[in-house]
Order: sequence, then structure tokens, then C-alpha cells
Amino acid sequence: MGEWWTTEASMENCEISSISHVTMSPSRQNNFVSSYLFPLAKSSYSVISAFCTEDNVLQCISYINQELASLGLCSTYIEATSPEGTGLNAVPALNAIYELLQIHRRTMSTVEALEKEQLKKSSTMELMQTSNTRLKDQLELSIREKSGLHEMERQLQLKIKTLQSCLKTEKDEVQKLQSIIASRASQYSHDAKRKEREAAKLKERLSQLLVDRKDKKLAIDVLNCLGRSDGKRGHWKTAKATASHEGEMYKSLLSDYEASQKSLMLENAELKKVLQQMKKEMIHILSPCSSSGRGATADDSQEQHHDSDGEEKMGDTSRETLDQSCEHAREQLTNSIRQQWRKLRNHVEKLDSQVSQVQNQLESNKEMIPLETHEDEMERMRCEVQQCKEFIHAQQQLLQQQLNTSFDDETAALLNDCYTLEEKERLKEEWKLFEEQKRNFERERKNFTEAAIRLGREKKAFEEDRASWLKNQFLNMTPFTDRRRCSSSDGHSALSVRSEPEIRMSSVKAQLAKSSTYTTFSTPRSSQSGAVPSTPELYRTLRLIPESSSSRHSNRGLWQECSTIEDGDNQVKAKHRGRCSDLSIFSMGEDENSLS
Amino acid sequence: MNFSEVFKQSNQLCKVSPDGKYLATCVQYRLVVRDVSTLQIMHLYTCLDQISHMEWSSDSLFILCAMYKRGLVQVWSLEQPDWHCKIDEGSIGLVSSRWSPDGRHILNTTEFHLRITVWSLCTKAVSYIKYPKACQKGIDFSRDGSYMALAERRDCKDFVSIFVCDDWHLLRHFETETQDLAGLEWSPNGCVLAVWDSCLEYKVLLYSLDGRLLSTYSAYEWSLGVKSVSWSPSSQFLAIGSYDEKVRIINHITWKKIAQFEHPATVESTKTVYKEVERRPAVGTDEMSLHNITTGSTLFNTQSKYEICSLPVQIPVVKPDPDRANPKIGVSVLAFSSDNHYLATKNDNMASAVWVWNMQKMSLEAVLEQTSAVRCFQWDPRHPRLALCTGNTKLYLWSPGGCVAVQVPTEGNFLGPKLNYIVLRYRKGAELQ
Repeated sequence: MGEWWTTEASMENCEISSISHVTMSPSRQNNFVSSYLFPLAKSSYSVISAFCTEDNVLQCISYINQELASLGLCSTYIEATSPEGTGLNAVPALNAIYELLQIHRRTMSTVEALEKEQLKKSSTMELMQTSNTRLKDQLELSIREKSGLHEMERQLQLKIKTLQSCLKTEKDEVQKLQSIIASRASQYSHDAKRKEREAAKLKERLSQLLVDRKDKKLAIDVLNCLGRSDGKRGHWKTAKATASHEGEMYKSLLSDYEASQKSLMLENAELKKVLQQMKKEMIHILSPCSSSGRGATADDSQEQHHDSDGEEKMGDTSRETLDQSCEHAREQLTNSIRQQWRKLRNHVEKLDSQVSQVQNQLESNKEMIPLETHEDEMERMRCEVQQCKEFIHAQQQLLQQQLNTSFDDETAALLNDCYTLEEKERLKEEWKLFEEQKRNFERERKNFTEAAIRLGREKKAFEEDRASWLKNQFLNMTPFTDRRRCSSSDGHSALSVRSEPEIRMSSVKAQLAKSSTYTTFSTPRSSQSGAVPSTPELYRTLRLIPESSSSRHSNRGLWQECSTIEDGDNQVKAKHRGRCSDLSIFSMGEDENSLS
Repeated sequence: MNFSEVFKQSNQLCKVSPDGKYLATCVQYRLVVRDVSTLQIMHLYTCLDQISHMEWSSDSLFILCAMYKRGLVQVWSLEQPDWHCKIDEGSIGLVSSRWSPDGRHILNTTEFHLRITVWSLCTKAVSYIKYPKACQKGIDFSRDGSYMALAERRDCKDFVSIFVCDDWHLLRHFETETQDLAGLEWSPNGCVLAVWDSCLEYKVLLYSLDGRLLSTYSAYEWSLGVKSVSWSPSSQFLAIGSYDEKVRIINHITWKKIAQFEHPATVESTKTVYKEVERRPAVGTDEMSLHNITTGSTLFNTQSKYEICSLPVQIPVVKPDPDRANPKIGVSVLAFSSDNHYLATKNDNMASAVWVWNMQKMSLEAVLEQTSAVRCFQWDPRHPRLALCTGNTKLYLWSPGGCVAVQVPTEGNFLGPKLNYIVLRYRKGAELQ
């Protein structure tokens, strides 16, 4: 029965869908359907030429029955109450109507569902269409790209072809050039050889000619012959001499080889020593471990004991073999070292495994062991806490007591007095010290002023001296102008007396040499041309600073030391040096002289 | 450091005697011998012509003066000033003259390397050695003076002859596996002879005293090869400088390379880089005195000092002309310090830098960057101290403790008694300007 409906419904649906296609609006279609249905129902009553009239009730009934039967509603058979067909048997008719209504409703709902589905489908179709167009565009684009790439590839292939041809030609050229070079080289070498032969021939001829000419000039002319440098006489060239030469050569070679062998032996011995030591240490490391590890497992300890015995034996044998032939010893040594290394590795692995075992054990025993100790510890800590509490309490009490007492005014005043007294005492002491220092200072100042006065007097005397000397000089000089010029120009020759700036330069040199940070000897003159003596100089004259501390003195010493090799004019220089150091205090006078 | 006054000299002929007691200088055709300690003239000899070469004998008793143009050699004695000796090579010509190690024989090389004439001062005897090869270093005496190795060329093949210097007996004569032998050098212990090929091929051959080939070393092929070779004083290392700007150190046991020192333009790992900085001295008005102007030396000279640079340091590189022969590239000078601890090198395309390598750590110890090209350098014969000059009036000294630049007080000459050997070599360099 269901199938029936569905086919009908689908047919109807087809129609509706076709309509909807035309109208393009589902809501309007609905309206249309309803407006189509209702007037039909109304018309069945209002219009005379209706389906059923009073005359053909029976026919109608039968027709409807047939229709119902065709619809599959056989159970409800509408019957007329009277043969004339004026009345209807209500129950079946109503049933039939009900059934029809039901059918109608069902079809309507299916129609609605189908319409919804239809809508969905149409939207998806639209989506598909748009995506389709997009994909089409993409396709076109990619096709275009592809063609572009194809083009490029073609071009590149063309290029490759040209390049390959180029390469080929280049290769050919290289080969050609190489062959040319080779031929040239052979030609050159050939030519060179020919030339060399020619040159050799020429040389031969030249020497022959020279010999033939009996070159008279070729001669040695010695006043008297010399002895040999080693004091021996010359030897004849004999077979014995050649043999001795050979012997000597081999001797020297042998000694060289021996020396090198010795050094190699030493090196070897050292390396062996290192190896030996390494081995010993290995044994040392291994043996106590085995003894300590004996407790762990019986098998292990036995094995290790055996091992260590073996090792000791090995060590002994290798020590013995060291003195044996080199190769043998080396082999043994390396072998034993290798064995021991293997053992050591095994041992370390074993230790590792043991450690992991022990750790596991510890982990398992962790809860067992500390319980008792834990208890003890707790007890002890509690005791400690109790003690601490008591201690704190006592402290608090004491503090309280102290506070109470300090509130007492009288005691506070007493304490204060004590403090002030003490401070006064200290101040007094300081004052005394200060007084003493002051007195010292006064004394020193007095000394200083006295010294200054003395210095002034000395300076004055010196000035007078200088004036007189200048005067003398001037008087002496005037008639001998020629000599003076001569001395100034010849002042630089090696053996003459040097003039003042040169000496200063050399003193600067020495200074520089001492300081060791110098870069050149042509440094500008030191600035000591001031008319007023500087404080260090003053101090020096006052003998406040010992002479040895002045840098000039040490310079002088160095200069003397350095200049000992200088020839002839040593004394002159020494004289100048003396003068120079004297003048360094008041360098103005001499300076002026040199400038004038 | 002290400096003497300037001594005249010509042809840069100025040498200290091997025992360090005397100093000989040549002035035109005169030979002046001074005592080193007093600098006073001891002897003055007059030769027949301008002296072109001068050499002390090993015992410091004789001086050889060669006059190549005249083909003459004159020998003077210090002990007997009136003793004289004159050797005339005649029309064959003379290009080189040298003492034998015993100081009683003179080896003269004739023009075109036709032969070497050995003149004995003891017996007046003369012997000839034919076919000597004209090359970078064709003759070398062992350090103890007992053997002489000589490169020879016969029938377009290289040979080495080993002579006993005692009586010039030919001990060994063997062909070497070289294309074109460039030089040979004895190891300081006198048992190994290093022979190297010309720059066209990297090849170093090591021969035993009895002529056996001990080893052959070649670092690379198809490129310019060996440029310089030097033994360490202990005979333990052989340093080979080559055109690829590297130094290779070869050991004396396996004769294989144990270290390679490169000379990069950017120094990144070393202890210190010293850079010379020049500046003119500040001249005050009070210094414009007559004396300074007349002496003139100090006023126009620049001062120098070293600065320590932070790494990395870029060292100026001159690109050599590839079309010219003997391109200015590669390690051309190698020198071990007397105590074997240091090796100083110079790379020709970084002419202003000297590299000092530590032979114990086999690493770069210091780099000295000068303002101008380094002319020569030399180690102190006693201490690990390097002196170098760049053709100006300054002397530069390096030691493990630091670096210093010293201004030579007067133009040219000076002499320090302790440093005489070095300083004299420097004086030469300084006057090359």
C-alpha cells in the first residue's frame, strides 16, 4: 500500500517540481496548490453539474467504492441506507473520509519534505556550479602556465645544447693547448739541453785554450808559506788516505746514528716506563677492589682473586721481558696491557652492575632501616626543642628584669657620667699629641726659613761669581773671534770636546736607556732651563733628600758603565759629565752661553 | 744600547771577525782593521784596486780581499802585518772568492763557472774542480768544516760532489734526482745534505753523507715550488718556504711534514700583533738652535713606536704581477733562533710583516707589521732576540718580552759591542736606502 502512495506522491512531486521550476518560488507554489484545491471542493457543492446529484447517488457510491478499492481501502465499503440512495450509511463513509484525509495529510507531509530536499539540492547545485567555474578558471591558468614552462624548458634545452657545443670546443682547445704546451716543453727542454751542451763545449774549449796559452798571469805570490791550521803537515794522496777518509766518514755517520738511536732509546724507555706505570696502577686499582668486593658474592671474589693473581704474574713476566729483545718485549707488553685493559673494563662493568643492585636493595630497604633511627631522632629532636624553649624563656625573663632596672633614673645618670669622663680623658691625650706635633712643625719651619736665607746668600755669591766669570770670558774672547767660530763648528767631530747640548743629549740617552720605554734618542731637551730652582733641587741642596735617591746619580752610574768602551775622549767626557751634573741644578747660565 | 761614531766604508764591506775581537771595513782600496773594544785602528792595508769582496778566515787571523774586476785576491795577516799574499786568476776572470773552513785555502770561482780553483796558502798548490753549477747555493761547507758539498752539472744532469776539506779528496760523487738543482745545504750536524730543485718543481731531496738518498719530499705539483730552505740549529727540523706562501716543517726521523705555517692576510690567532706607528716629533721653538740645525739628524727624523693591535688584523698584501718571472710572492726568508725555539719568516707579498713562530707549540707567536718593507732580519747569536731593519735610520728589536724601535743617532753607522754581529748586519741594511 505504501508503495502505491509513494509512486503517486513521486508523480505529483514531479509535477510540482516542474511547476516550481517555472515559478521559481516555493511559497507561491504552495499558495497556488491550496487555491487550486479549495475552489474544487467548493464547486462540488455549489454547482449543479456536480459529481453527485440526488439522482445518481448509487452510481456515485459505487464509483467511490471502486475508487476506494483501487486506492486499497477495501475494508470500508460505503453503502446507501436506502436503495434510492438518499441516505448514506454514515460509519463506513466517515471511515472512508477519514482514511482519505489521512492519506491526504501524509502525502502533503511527504510533499513538504521533498520540497525541502529539493531546495537543499538546488543550493548545493549552485555551489557546485560556482566551484566548477572556479576550477575551470584554475585549470585554464595552469594550462597556460604549463605551456609557459614548456617554452622555457625548450629554451633551456637549446641553451644546454649550445653550451655543450661550447664545452666541446673548449675541451678541444684545451687539448690542443696542452699538446702545444707539451710539445713546447719538450722542444724547450731539448733546446735547453742543446744549448747547455754547446755551453759545456764552449767552456771546455775555453779552458783548453787557457791551458794552451799557458796563462802567465795565473799565479800565487806568497811571502812565506803558512803552517796548517791544525799544525800538522800535509799528506800525500794515497790509497791509505782515501781509506782513512772513508773510515772517518763512516765513523761520523755511525756516531750520528748512534746518537739518534740513543735519543730514540731514551724516548722509548720513557714511553715504556709510562706503560709500566699505567699497568701497575691498573693492578693496584683492580686488586683492592677485588678484596673489598669479596664479600658480595663468593663466586665473584674467587674469580677476581684468580684474576689478580694472573695479573701479578703478567706484570712480573712483562717486567722481565723488558730486558729481553725489543720486539718480543713490545709484543708482550702491548698484549698484557690489552688484557689488563679488558679486565679493567669488565671490572668496571661489574662494579656498575653491583652499584645498580645495591641501589635497588637500598630502595627496597628504605622503609625498613630508618624506622628505629627515626624514632630515636624524633626523641632527640623533641628534647632539643624543649631545651630551646626553656632557653628562650630564661632569656625573656632576664630581658624583662634588665628593662625594669634600666627604668631606674639614678643608675642611668651614673652610667652617663662614666662615659663622659672617659671621653674627656681621651680628648686630653689627643690634645697633648697635637701640641707636640705643632711644636715639631714650628721647629721645621724655622729650619726651612734659615735654609732659604742661606740659599739666597749662596745664590747671590754664585751670581757674582758668574758675572765675574762672564766678564773674564768676554775680555778673553774679543781678540780671538776666529778661534771661537772654529770651535763651534768643529764641536761635532769625534775626538773633540763636545759642547753642552750634545752632552745633555747623551745624558738623556742614558736616561732613556734606563727607562727602557724609549722609542728614539732624539727626544726634545728636558725642561730644566728654569731660572728658579725647583723644590726637589732645593731639598737636595738642603740635604733633606739623600743624594742616592736622585735619579741623576743613577743615570750617571749607568752612563759611566756604558761608556767604558768608548775610546780616546773618555777623560774629556768624564770631565764634562762632572760639569753637566753640577750644572743640572742651575742650567741656565751654560745654556745662555751656547745660544749666544 | 750605545752607538759609535760613523765609520766610512764602501760596497757595504764591514765585517766583525769570527772571534768577535776585530772589525774590518773597506774604504775604496784600503782595508781598515779596528779593535772592537776600543774602536782604535789596529792595521791599515792597501790593496791594488777597489775591494769588491772581503772575508775573514775562520781563525780570525787572515783577511781575504777580492778585486773581481782585476781577477785578483789579496790576503792579509793580522799577526804579521808585513806578510802578504796575492793570487792572480789571470785572464779567465773571477766572480767569487771564499775561504775554506780551515782558513788555509782559498776557493775562487772563475767567470762562466768554468771551474773552481783551490789555492793552498800552505803549499802554494793549486787544484781545480771542474763543472761547478751556477745556481742559488751551489756550494756548502759542513758546520765542523770537514766536508764540502758542491753542485755540478754534466751532460745536462745534476751531480753532487762531496769533498773532504782536509786534502780536497773527492769522497762521493752522485747524481741527484733533480730537473734543475737550485741549492744544497748541510744539516748542522753534518750528516744530512738537503738538496732542492729549482722553483719550477717542488722537490726537496735528503742525502746521507755517503750519498744515499734518505728521502724525497714534495708538497704539491704543477706550481712554483721551493723558495727557501733552512735547517734548525739542532738539525731536528727542516723548514721549507715555498711560493704558495706556506712554510712546511719536516722532521729528521721520518722526513715527513709535521707542521705547516700559513701566512694569511687576516691574522686571527696569535699572541700579539705589533704594529709600527710613526709620528713626527713635536718641535718647540727653543729647539731651533744652531746645534740642532747643523747636526740636523734629529730634526727631520720621525719617531716610531709599536702598538699592540687587537685581533683580527689585516696585513697589507701586494698582488704580484703574474706575467713577470720570479714573482714577489712566497716565503723567501727563514731563520731559526739560536735556541731553536723560534722561527722568523717573511712572505714576499706582505713585505712589511715579519712572522715569528713558536717551534715548541708549533703556532704563531707574534707578527711585526712595519710601516715599510722589511729589508733583512737576523737573530741574536746567543739570545732569542730578533733584529730587523726596513732601510730607514731605525733598528727594530723583538724578543719574547716585547718589541722596541731604536733610532740610530746619526745617519748610517753604529756599533754596539755586545750586539756587534747583528748590528753590523743591520748597518748594511740601513744603508741600502
